[in-house]
Amino acid sequence: MSTPAIVLKSVVSIVGQFPVLAGVDLRVERGEVVVVEGPNGAGKSSLLRLCAGLLPVSRGEAQVAGYDLQEGRDGARKHIGLLGHSPALYDDLTVWENLVFHMKAARADPARIPMALERLGVGGRLESTRAGLLSAGQRRRVAIAFLVARHPEIWLLDEPHASLDAEGREMLGETVAQAAAAGSTVLIASHELEEALVLASRVVSISGGVVVGDGVTAASRIGSRAGTARFGAVAAGTGQILAEHSLHQDLLQAPVQGTDQEILRDSPQGLRPSEDGCNVA
Amino acid sequence: MLRDTLLVAGKDLRIELRSRVVINQMAPFALLVLVLFAFALGPDRNPLITAAPGLFWMAVLFSTMFAVQRSFSLESAEGLHDSMVLAGIDPAGFFAGKLLAIGCELFALEVLVTSGIIVLYGAHVKSPAELLVSGILGTVGLAAAGTIYGALVSGMRLRETLLPLLFLPVASPVLIAGTRAWQIGLQGNSSASSPWLGLLGAFAALYICAGIVLYGPMEDMK
Repeated sequence: MSTPAIVLKSVVSIVGQFPVLAGVDLRVERGEVVVVEGPNGAGKSSLLRLCAGLLPVSRGEAQVAGYDLQEGRDGARKHIGLLGHSPALYDDLTVWENLVFHMKAARADPARIPMALERLGVGGRLESTRAGLLSAGQRRRVAIAFLVARHPEIWLLDEPHASLDAEGREMLGETVAQAAAAGSTVLIASHELEEALVLASRVVSISGGVVVGDGVTAASRIGSRAGTARFGAVAAGTGQILAEHSLHQDLLQAPVQGTDQEILRDSPQGLRPSEDGCNVA
Repeated sequence: MLRDTLLVAGKDLRIELRSRVVINQMAPFALLVLVLFAFALGPDRNPLITAAPGLFWMAVLFSTMFAVQRSFSLESAEGLHDSMVLAGIDPAGFFAGKLLAIGCELFALEVLVTSGIIVLYGAHVKSPAELLVSGILGTVGLAAAGTIYGALVSGMRLRETLLPLLFLPVASPVLIAGTRAWQIGLQGNSSASSPWLGLLGAFAALYICAGIVLYGPMEDMK
């Protein structure tokens, strides 16, 4: 049996004097596509950066790609591809030169670049265009193309839908699906749940630097508003919200875990499935 | 390490050749210093030729800060630092690549300033070897020290003002030794240049070793 892609046990990460993660427990199996959601400042990006070995593990245990992040951080990084908030591109280099540089830096074969650019719709004449002249959406596509070309074992995507048009989002969806089908693990931090949930088989809710919900088959928090967290049952694969209920944040001290039926049964005020029912309850 | 050195240096030089930021600003600045000094010291060539060695190294010193700031501003775009770390680029190779690119830019500038001194001031070089060797050693030393301090202040809010405060005092041995070696090169007394060239070599070796050893831990602290 293969080791999980990511295992975090009570992980605390302190940057300066501020704990950006305050005791995260998470286990992600290889080949899973997991969406991490939560309000601004919840710790979504920090969770991804910690998994990438870019934030310290101050307390707890963290293993990524089979490497202990406290001792084998460099080993883990070789298996990780991170799509951050901003595409890491040099404005004065062309798209092609940027990707060749990043591929060579990562000791990867640049031969896959044309295929990756073509798949994301930024091939052809755009290859010889300076990155600084591209639109935000095109830059985003180039950054995703780098991940496609590099094909890491673990993909960490931070708000991947940002700046992408409808076609770009569709290409992103296909890319994530193909990566997962090829055995890669994908962790997506996103506010745009309807888009992200279509890609994922599991949703993890994070708030205040801790995991507050973990819907294995798709029951999870679906939004936040003024001190309340909206939990709902979401149909896996389509992102359709089947049932939802608002819970006060105070009720969410303990992580919510389990199947849809268990969440619906155990929720304090009782979630109910929608009329069409689908695969819930 | 050599592979990463060439990769980073190639990238920086390619960007510079395309953007021409350093060429378009550093070179005019250095030539302007020569012209303004000529105005300040008057039409008599003797004081100009006497002051030329110090003037040369002052122009190179200030241009080094410009080149270093430009070099690290290339890496300041959000996400680039993370991508370098994730790619597993050898920190020593990254340091050496930056050093090599900055060194090439400075050396090109030194050729230009030297030509300016010969043409504008009418200076005669009696021992070109001293000028060449001191130029190479001084350039390597300044580029190495500049890269270390550039990396140290990059990401800080006050980096533009902090870099001169940190870098100029430590670069003073290059200014002194380089000026002496240049004076000897212009006068043609080759035997007297060894100690000064030795000092330039020791400075360069010290900062290259420090950069190779310390660059990784410095980046980890960010």
